[in-house]
Amino acid sequence: MTTKNNETLITVQNLQKSFGEIDVLKGIDYEIKKGEVVVIIGPSGSGKSTFLRTLNMLETPTGGEVIFDGVNISDPKTNINKHREKMGMVFQQFNLFPHMTILKNMTIAPMKLLGKSKQEAEAAAMELLKKVGLADRADAYPSQLSGGQKQRVAIVRALAMNPEVMLFDEPTSALDPEMVGEVLSVMKELAASGMTMVIVTHEMGFAREVADRVIFIDEGIIMEEGTPKDIFENPKCDRLKDFLSKVL
Amino acid sequence: MQTILNFFKSFAHDFDTVFIVKDRYMSIVRGLLNTLKITAGALIVGVIIGVFVAAIRSSYDKNRESLKAKKSVGYYVLTVLNAICKIYLTVIRGTPVVVQLMIAYFVIFVSVKDGVPIGIFAFGINSGAYVAEIFRGGIMSIDNGQFEAGRSLGFNYVQTMWYIVIPQMFKAVLPTLCNEFIALLKETSVAGYVGVIDLTKAGNSIAGVTYNYFMPLIAVAIVYLAIVMLLTSLVARLERRLRKSDH
Repeated sequence: MTTKNNETLITVQNLQKSFGEIDVLKGIDYEIKKGEVVVIIGPSGSGKSTFLRTLNMLETPTGGEVIFDGVNISDPKTNINKHREKMGMVFQQFNLFPHMTILKNMTIAPMKLLGKSKQEAEAAAMELLKKVGLADRADAYPSQLSGGQKQRVAIVRALAMNPEVMLFDEPTSALDPEMVGEVLSVMKELAASGMTMVIVTHEMGFAREVADRVIFIDEGIIMEEGTPKDIFENPKCDRLKDFLSKVL
Repeated sequence: MQTILNFFKSFAHDFDTVFIVKDRYMSIVRGLLNTLKITAGALIVGVIIGVFVAAIRSSYDKNRESLKAKKSVGYYVLTVLNAICKIYLTVIRGTPVVVQLMIAYFVIFVSVKDGVPIGIFAFGINSGAYVAEIFRGGIMSIDNGQFEAGRSLGFNYVQTMWYIVIPQMFKAVLPTLCNEFIALLKETSVAGYVGVIDLTKAGNSIAGVTYNYFMPLIAVAIVYLAIVMLLTSLVARLERRLRKSDH
């Protein structure tokens, strides 16, 4: 969609994750390049969310490696906190901090972790809030916002850390239908600005429109991968055909 | 009419004997001071212990899996600390506070004659066990998504706890914590067992000297009630302030 170089940002090698006896990820290899928008689709329970969460080590992999910006972040000796600062994450349930105002939600991490002054952090936060049309809600608490507004705040809260990649874990699944659009349009703008994005979603229309590449995960492996055109118009494996026939 | 007058006359006489003669009310005041000293001291000790024990127990529960996977030294340290905390909780919550107090006074600190610091020690250790479980329950009640959101921004475990989980936990446990403090205040009424003249003991002593049980004991009860009511209203105000973000 946008100009991009061929620099690899995230490399995933033979990634595995088991919860007790259950193998959720059974060896995933993938490369995400800078500026790319990768959409992950798949049936529920396929391991797509788990895959996304291993990218920033919210789930510790049981095997394989995740290389981010040239550093093996799956190595227990790596200080993961430093690298997470550069990996923004947006959750299905928003997870805004209910005891802080919107502005505080957005400034606490840049102030405490990046050493920004209050003025600096607040100015940057207000700038971001303006972009998503919520500048007038800066002093509100999360409970006073609608779902769509909360998710827009969650997106800009992550952006306030100036991340190199944004991870979205079903960002519109907990929203009322009429609020899905406002969140997707923020994500589209973000994609157009050249941000590297990895998105788990059920919004197939959005995937088709915004994705550079689409991954279909099922049974813990990447069953098929390609451009939106490949995936949606010429699906090869039966599982994907079956899945698409249910969701489209 | 005459009977009512007689009642007031005898009431005034009793009041005089119980509280005014020989400045007996002063022993109630001194007793109250001791009660407050022990309660306040034990409260501080209890909260400090409670924070540490809850921190150990909940970080063990939250990090056990990942630390075990890393085979880090922290796992073994945390496992040992967690086991110690569990023993502490079991023993303290499984025995009466009076017995603990007497063990502290007559067995552990035999040489200390002042019961007040020992009361602070014993009631503090006792209260710490309950406070720890209140805090731990509070931490566990906070949605894990809050924790993940903090970590995903780059906060480490302690920062996430401090900036995100604990402020919410505190709000959630405030009513329960208040109940624990009220229970603590009333529990200190057994301090007389180790020679402390606390509020209860003072009332009881006056009753013993004046052969009037009604008045001093009712007075003592009223004082306890007044403190509890004051405490309750303070916490209610604090809760209202903290609720600001709810709406």
